[in-house]
Amino acid sequence: MAVCVAVIAKENYPLYIRSVPTENELKFHYMVHTSLDVVDEKISALGKALVDQRELYLGLLYPTEDHKVYGYVTNSKVKFVMVVDASNTALRDNEIRSMFRKLHNSYTDVMCNPFYNPGDRIQSRAFDSMVTSMMIQVC
Amino acid sequence: MEKRELIQRQEATLLDLRSYLFSRQCTLLLFLQRPWEVAQRALELLHSCVQELKLLEVSVPPGALDCWVFLSCLEVLQRIEGCCDRAQIDSNIAHTVGLWSYATEKLKSLGYLCGLVSEKGPNSEDLNRTVDLLAGLGAERPETANTAQSPYKKLREALSSVEAFEKHYLDLSHATIEMYTSIGRIRSAKFVGKDLAEFYVRKKSPQKAELYLQGALKNYLAEGWALPITHTRKQLAECQKHLGQIENYLQTSSLLASDCHLTDEERKYFCQEILNFASQQTDSPGRKIVLPMHSFAQLKSLHFDPSNAVVHVGGVLSVEITLWSQMPVPVHVEQIAANVHFSIEKNNYRKTAEWLTKHKTANGIITFPHEPAPFPVSQNSLPALELYEMFERSPSDNSLSTTGIICKNVHMLLRRQESSSALEVPSGVALEDGAHLLKCSSVTLEPGANKVLFRTQAKEPGTYTLRQLCASVGPVWFVLPHVYPIVQYDVYSQEPQLHVEPITDSLLAGIPQKVKFTVTTGHYTIKNGDSLQLSNAEAMVILCRTENRAVIYSNTREKSSDVSLRVQSSGKVTSISLPAAPAYHLIEFELDVLSLPSAPAARGGSNQPGLKESQKTCPEKQAAGHCMVTTDHKVSIDCPWSIYSTVIALTFSVPFQTTHSLLSAGTRKYVQICVQNLSELDFRLSDSSLVDIGGSTDLQLVPLNTQSQERVHSRQSVFFVWELKWTREPPPALHCCFSVGFSPASEERLSVSLQPYTYEFQVENFFTLYNVKAEIFPPLGMEYCKTGSLCSLEVSITRLSDLLEVDKDEALTESDEYFTTKLMYEVVDNSSNWAVCGKSSGVLSMPVAAQATHRVHMEVMPLFAGHLPFPDVRLFKYLPHHSAHSSQLDADSWIENDSLSVDKHVDDGVDSSSIKSRGSVHSAASTEHRGLPMPRLQAFPPGQVFNSSAGMQVFVIPSKEDHVLEVSVT
Repeated sequence: MAVCVAVIAKENYPLYIRSVPTENELKFHYMVHTSLDVVDEKISALGKALVDQRELYLGLLYPTEDHKVYGYVTNSKVKFVMVVDASNTALRDNEIRSMFRKLHNSYTDVMCNPFYNPGDRIQSRAFDSMVTSMMIQVC
Repeated sequence: MEKRELIQRQEATLLDLRSYLFSRQCTLLLFLQRPWEVAQRALELLHSCVQELKLLEVSVPPGALDCWVFLSCLEVLQRIEGCCDRAQIDSNIAHTVGLWSYATEKLKSLGYLCGLVSEKGPNSEDLNRTVDLLAGLGAERPETANTAQSPYKKLREALSSVEAFEKHYLDLSHATIEMYTSIGRIRSAKFVGKDLAEFYVRKKSPQKAELYLQGALKNYLAEGWALPITHTRKQLAECQKHLGQIENYLQTSSLLASDCHLTDEERKYFCQEILNFASQQTDSPGRKIVLPMHSFAQLKSLHFDPSNAVVHVGGVLSVEITLWSQMPVPVHVEQIAANVHFSIEKNNYRKTAEWLTKHKTANGIITFPHEPAPFPVSQNSLPALELYEMFERSPSDNSLSTTGIICKNVHMLLRRQESSSALEVPSGVALEDGAHLLKCSSVTLEPGANKVLFRTQAKEPGTYTLRQLCASVGPVWFVLPHVYPIVQYDVYSQEPQLHVEPITDSLLAGIPQKVKFTVTTGHYTIKNGDSLQLSNAEAMVILCRTENRAVIYSNTREKSSDVSLRVQSSGKVTSISLPAAPAYHLIEFELDVLSLPSAPAARGGSNQPGLKESQKTCPEKQAAGHCMVTTDHKVSIDCPWSIYSTVIALTFSVPFQTTHSLLSAGTRKYVQICVQNLSELDFRLSDSSLVDIGGSTDLQLVPLNTQSQERVHSRQSVFFVWELKWTREPPPALHCCFSVGFSPASEERLSVSLQPYTYEFQVENFFTLYNVKAEIFPPLGMEYCKTGSLCSLEVSITRLSDLLEVDKDEALTESDEYFTTKLMYEVVDNSSNWAVCGKSSGVLSMPVAAQATHRVHMEVMPLFAGHLPFPDVRLFKYLPHHSAHSSQLDADSWIENDSLSVDKHVDDGVDSSSIKSRGSVHSAASTEHRGLPMPRLQAFPPGQVFNSSAGMQVFVIPSKEDHVLEVSVT
């Protein structure tokens, strides 16, 4: 489903980024990086008023010709960005939402690891395999 | 509206249908005053159309779709602009910018497709393609044909010539960037800027491209996106190469060569670029290009040898650093130099080797934290706080005045964030000019860890701080501007020193003792022939053994050699010729010293140095603590390195303490000498002797000691006894000298003959004058004494000699060749076993003649049953009242009387009632004791009265009436 999954720290550096067609990695990096503009915009648009009941899912950040970029932000301002092939029209918003939730859960597990330093790159195998499972479904 | 007709005729294509539907939506939305939704929907429509066309595999000539999208975007934008005013548009850029950037993207791809971007201009194939596309556009629609600026015209114009394309593309790009920037989408703006840069590179104007690339790179570095950084840097390198910015190019190359996101080939290429430059640039000497080192190699750790990083002047210090080379190939480095800052600390003189050793970390390895990697910059969180305690003490009384915590790396924590991201900018890496350099030439750094060893000989004392590290490859210098954490080493200079200390806790006098000499050479080199000149103290000799050995240690306490030592003693000076030893070494040797008893000097000097104890007459009270008597010997030593002589005091303790006592048995006299060993050593005592110094021939000292040799163990005593015998009238005083030879029991044979231990003392008035004998008889008719019943105590005092010299005192009265003396007796029972009934004391007149006996009868009552010791019978001289003049003359005796017997006064207090009760003689004594010369009592010296009934006991049975049996256990 997803072609690229990225976890981005509060300070906007990547904690984890992985894309399926590895030869086009650079393109996805640029795409995810650019999408942060929209994430920032959306976060500031949401404002601080409804912090507790805020929707973590940011929705479609921006479409491109070939891909759709979705965003999700945790309460600690860690961003999840998922790039989905635009040709995959079957993918509904709800599914994206649930994928993000899964991602969030897995990320929480990573954070719970006492050997993980918050802010380090994520190297957890469990997280990696979860991301892989989200990517493989497309094929 | 022809689309509407086409639909009605059912001839419309998918695209036609979509276009129609969208145009209707647009009209409605614009009518509803929602132009921003139009922009959004347009973008969505375009995206989905492109997707659908792809899915349906509709074949279109290359570029046709792009043209359509481009036109559509611009049309929609134009439409929106047409119905809104400027302010509205400016405030809603966020909605339209997507279309703008989409259009830019499409124009770019068209440009690439038609060869409008290349340097040479389009080739024939490109031109054909352009013609096809332009033909496919068809004629401009009549509604827009008359306007000066229509999207159709724009596209036609752009595709028709290279210059026009450039103009339009730049217009569009700049507009997009501007819009993105204005709404704060910096990243998107940079991304478009990067496309623009790519375009400039193609157009061979790298200086413009560089600007955009630098901007983008700064952004990526700040947010730590590794792949974009690498990619952008690669583009940047190309620009810089074209621009001939050698320094920047080399810097970027070094960064790329160490970039693990590149392939090996690419890394090697960039590395080779640096090496090529380094090897060719030899024509202009002196020119050097300074680059930061972190991309070239990283300092991992540093190791000092000696590990405490403290060396003496002239010593060799080696510093081994571990450099982690980031280059993909081995690099030959001509020189690696460490710049060292030298500072003399104010309190440098305090920095002796010992002091420094205490204050340094032990292993001498300093590990450097992982340096901030070139990417992701913001990921490396700020360096850990380095906090230290700080105590400020007031200089006068060393009391704490201020305390606090100091953060030592404030400069790293509080610097502005921007400056750290400006790594790409050729930050002026300043090369410090330091006089002190550690150098290491011709090193090949393999990829990965490399060890580089610096050796230096310490010159000036002070503290040396490592400031910079610099590796030079030809004219290219890689410089590490700051070495952090601070690395320091210290060089000290030390004065030569001599220490003399006993090996054991304390030195014992009289026997050979080992003393350790330690010579710390410091900066002085001991040459052959240098010697220590010891001017001997009188009573201390240095024993020359046949062979003395000295051990030379290096500064780090490693044994370096073992040589023999020559000790020559001549008269007052002992000369020890030191072995040759280099500076900053330690020479250790041991010598035997012997403290001699001083020559028998005038008696009475108890503080006289020497192994002699002199004591006055009478057993004085022993000091409570058994402290050894000590003597100090001062030795002055002339050292070859100094014109001043060193004075060393050695303290010797006398291992023995001696006391004497006079024992009597009737008229027979014995002298007992107790020798107490206070030391930890066992001694063998031999040849004990007691000599009368007075030298009276009629006096004989007969030893009663059976063994000639005695062992005295540690903390134990040995007693010696002599019997005094005399033939004629005994002298009033006896002055004796006891001497005993001693040697440590552990050593069988001693090379030197030891002086005996001597002890002088004086015994006076030792001859027995009176014999006091007490007897207790049970009441008449009884076999035993009984408690509660009176018994009779008979005291007989017998004079044993005729008039002697010692008798001539005030108590003596003479009448017709007949001498009498007055004595006072007193019966005292301190243990209150007896009740003395009636008069317990009295004065009697004793004729001074042999065998003159006086008997006194008294009644005593036993208070307890059992074997009771006799009550004490004391005898005093009774000095009668004298006239004033004689008492003045006798002021001395007054004092003597007072000081004579301390316990006597206590007895007086106890018995004062009984004395008072007698009333007659002593009535005024207690009140006028001091005021008027009163009759006085004087105790006899212990030798003059012999109590023959001392220690005797009498058996007392309990009375029948007693129902209570008292048992006292004492």
